Amino acid sequence: MSVKIGVLALQGAVSEHIRSLEQSGAEAVMVKDVRDLDGLDGLVLPGGESTMMRRIMDRYGLFEAIQTFAGQKPIFGTCAGLILMAKKIEGKQGPHLGVLDIDVKRNAFGRQVDSFEANLQIKEISENYTGVFIRAPYIKSVGDQVDVLATVDDHIVACRQDRFLACAFHPELTEDPAMHQYFVHMVEEES
Amino acid sequence: MVQTGTDRVKRGMAEMQKGGVIMDVVNAEQAKIAEEAGATAVMALERVPSDIRKAGGVARMADPTIVEQVQNAVSIPVMAKARIGHIVEARVLEAMKVDYIDESEVLTPADDVFHIDKKAFTVPFVCGCRDLGEAARRIGEGAAMLRTKGEPGTGNIVEAVRHMRLVNSQVRKVIAMAPDELMVFAKELGAPYEILLQIKEAGRLPVVNFAAGGVATPADAALMMELGADGVFVGSGIFKSENPAKFARSIVEATTYYQDYERIVELSKGLGTPMKGIDMSTLEPAERMQDRGI
Repeated sequence: MSVKIGVLALQGAVSEHIRSLEQSGAEAVMVKDVRDLDGLDGLVLPGGESTMMRRIMDRYGLFEAIQTFAGQKPIFGTCAGLILMAKKIEGKQGPHLGVLDIDVKRNAFGRQVDSFEANLQIKEISENYTGVFIRAPYIKSVGDQVDVLATVDDHIVACRQDRFLACAFHPELTEDPAMHQYFVHMVEEES
Repeated sequence: MVQTGTDRVKRGMAEMQKGGVIMDVVNAEQAKIAEEAGATAVMALERVPSDIRKAGGVARMADPTIVEQVQNAVSIPVMAKARIGHIVEARVLEAMKVDYIDESEVLTPADDVFHIDKKAFTVPFVCGCRDLGEAARRIGEGAAMLRTKGEPGTGNIVEAVRHMRLVNSQVRKVIAMAPDELMVFAKELGAPYEILLQIKEAGRLPVVNFAAGGVATPADAALMMELGADGVFVGSGIFKSENPAKFARSIVEATTYYQDYERIVELSKGLGTPMKGIDMSTLEPAERMQDRGI
């Protein structure tokens, strides 16, 4: 039995995550409403615009539902997803979900002209990984329980805390399945 | 090794906009309303397309002050328009670090033969198209995102529908075609053969394709999503409506939940009178923006 993982599908790189999850052996479905969370073993919060996703989540009870989900199941956030998970966001009062003990800076590398690709070493996941950073955030600091997985120019760009995985880059935009395989494995271990 | 301005980074930026609504704004206050309503990006302009129509004369790149004020007001991406073929307007916008440039037929073309060589830029471009020939030519020039042209500033969805249907039906044709038929189809469309080959192999366009030009109601936005648009640009519709904040929110939600018709019922209530709109048959050939830069 393969695990069933949802991708928050309000906006953003949804189909790419679904393809990557399926390639990594999971069943993947879109999550647009609270009822779509039923029966899921894990959830991906994709890249996109975090402000927009939060607005929609607030209107239909998805926000509370995902917070409850996070109390029990693994979550993987990429770029905007990482921002949604963070406990502290620079320049913003209060977090969104606030489940991951990190302090993030949005658009930290600059605007779109500063978006870049870089070779990364990701602890326990890949020695040679192409990270695609698009108006990306970085993690300024992490709490004691957070394991740093990758850095770019000394800025933290990937981390794990217990059942939460997050990265500032977009694994869904590359053909390399390493990050998704790692998350699917995390979900398998939890379920 | 760090690389900026790669195809993946340019096209990826548009992927992050998928399922979202990009709204035309003319000042910082409108930009904030758009962001608050859930826009995934704003397009900073001096005038919205319907006002460009009314004003007549030559429409140019916006005053940099407007673009800067919008950039300072919001954290979502800021796009701006350059005239077709106006290399320097595009370079100016790139120097201002706008997140995306729309090489747009809404402005008066600066070059009636050539488009900008968009591969030479670090900033990504979006371009309009009416069929797969135009789409493939723009991709060949380096566009990292497409949108239908529709007929801007009319509040009439018919042209956007025509363009979205045509592009998607031609994409399906390419996918189903035998390899030896592709060259003749490329000739008929005036499309670069290599781009058609890429579409055939990938089974889809290599870049995101949004709907634009005539979206005036939440149901219009949902219709374009139903027809296969990756997202929606809304120009004149929002800030010409009676309650822009409410209208903007409704368009955003109708785009996300485009197949949830009960929800669209609620979203469509009490929005006041939409744009009056213009029937295509009343437009003189010179007033048709979609025929510019083909």
